[in-house]
Amino acid sequence: MTHNEPLLRSEPSTNTFKVSRQAFIDPSILKRERERIFAACWLYLGHDSEIEKPGDFVTRSVGGRSIIFARDREGKARALLNSCPHRGAQVCRERSGNAKSFQCFYHGWVFGVDGQLRNQPGEDSYGKKFKSDSDSNMHQVPRFESYRGFNFICFDPDVVPLVDYLGNAREYLDLICDQSIEGLTVIGGMQEYAINANWKLLVENSIDGYHAMSTHATYLDYLKGTTGGLANMGLVGVGRDLGGGHAVIEYTAPWGRPVAQHIPMWGEDGKRELAVIRQKLEAQYGSERAERIAIKNRNLLIFPNLIVNDIMALTIRTFYPITESRMHVNAWAAGPREESEWARKYRLFNFLEFLGPGGFATPDDVEALEHCQRGYSTANELRWNDISKGMNREIPAMDDEEQMRAFWRHWNSLISANVTQGAAA
Amino acid sequence: MSQLAMKPNAGFGPAADIERLQIEDFLFHEADLLDRWRLPEWLDLFTETAVYHVPPTDIPAEASPDTNLFYIADDRFRLGERVKRLMKRTAHAEYPHSRTRRLITNVMITDRGADGLGVTCNFAVFRTKDGASVTFFGQAIYRLVIRQGSLLIDNKRIVLDTPGLREQGRLSIIL
Repeated sequence: MTHNEPLLRSEPSTNTFKVSRQAFIDPSILKRERERIFAACWLYLGHDSEIEKPGDFVTRSVGGRSIIFARDREGKARALLNSCPHRGAQVCRERSGNAKSFQCFYHGWVFGVDGQLRNQPGEDSYGKKFKSDSDSNMHQVPRFESYRGFNFICFDPDVVPLVDYLGNAREYLDLICDQSIEGLTVIGGMQEYAINANWKLLVENSIDGYHAMSTHATYLDYLKGTTGGLANMGLVGVGRDLGGGHAVIEYTAPWGRPVAQHIPMWGEDGKRELAVIRQKLEAQYGSERAERIAIKNRNLLIFPNLIVNDIMALTIRTFYPITESRMHVNAWAAGPREESEWARKYRLFNFLEFLGPGGFATPDDVEALEHCQRGYSTANELRWNDISKGMNREIPAMDDEEQMRAFWRHWNSLISANVTQGAAA
Repeated sequence: MSQLAMKPNAGFGPAADIERLQIEDFLFHEADLLDRWRLPEWLDLFTETAVYHVPPTDIPAEASPDTNLFYIADDRFRLGERVKRLMKRTAHAEYPHSRTRRLITNVMITDRGADGLGVTCNFAVFRTKDGASVTFFGQAIYRLVIRQGSLLIDNKRIVLDTPGLREQGRLSIIL
């Protein structure tokens, strides 16, 4: 289908902002997203703590490509395309582990964890310089950079440096990382699930402060029903456009935070422990920043598809379109390295109360997104989504939709631009 | 109806005397209650200290939920809250309720202690909602105990064989 009409309509004079429902259902738009977003933007690969020792590796799909994230024998982190340079077989077929080398089982080529070809059967049948030719090695992802332990890759060699790409989002990543003096670690166990909905519906949902009361009624009932499950804090805060498609909501909330908002359920021991965490944060960062780190919640979107939600627990979430109406989701829990056993246990308990495909809240989000996708069967007649909430406010609130408009404005600038020569935007 | 099949959950003697067929009856009854969405009755099959765990599939099946991110790690309180939630119309993920059908096979008694026994079985759970069907399959690992002559679940761990929940999407039903 052709798009003579725009995908986005922003009308400040009437405080309205509309997104075309074609954005969620048209396969030709997904094709453009693959070219202009997933092949051109920085994408989250993994966290330093997942590959701590030399030889540690994990394999995962990023932007539709099979990637090995590994620490080589010299301790350098690597991002390798998981495909043999010889005839293409996936070299590493394990999900994670510790390796001295990677061997392609098809013809037996052996590579170092750094990707260098070490040997191949029948070496004397190849030219003398074959082994020193870089094309004979496993290929590194074109760009691979990290920021405070978060590793990103990009398939466009000409992309801006990661630190510039992150831009204003760094302020929030810094706040999240600063909750640990020794650094964050990703906790064992990964949630892998799927949603029958367009991936951008989860972008919106992950930073949506407007849906809590209706979608998550049972979660809020649960918190009210627990003894001491709530702090005396309202859901109050702001939504911000961070530029470059990045966005955040930052707010106070009534749930307990392992760093560091106490709830009565955690008892006197918990209170003491959280007080110590607060003192350490204050000593390190001063009282104002410590308060912001400890008490404020942050749902941070790093364009296009990395969510770092620092809420009742800390979750890292990324997701990819499989088709225009299905996505795969990966989610991890993270916490301070120095966290006590007690706090780690409560962090995980808290996480599962709300988050994940078996939690008391996320499954209802999933249901909502799937029913949005189903609702778009009427997109020829009912053509626009409304994302206007809060446009009439100078400072949009956390339950407005400015943070989603931030995503859509940038998305539209990439997708609707006329690109010649097939160059990435 | 299930009432016909299920004898009263009473009169169980020492763990040493319990036969596999009695365990099968118990597990079939449990599955039947879940398939009929009789969740409060299902909850009565659990002890006051019971836990219900579903670990992720990228770490060892015996991992601890205190140090690893699970799909579900309910203590008895939260399991009760899960049941309450699922019985509400506002549990959107399961409203209207999905239809489920459970197959329980290969029941084995793995150990017998003074007041209880370890049991494993294979399961397949089919779920249909909104015209789409998915299958959960794997092994269920139980710790069953005898309390005042009744057989009760003290620990239930669901070990999925699938790579996470990629095919099933989510885990909004009880397995």
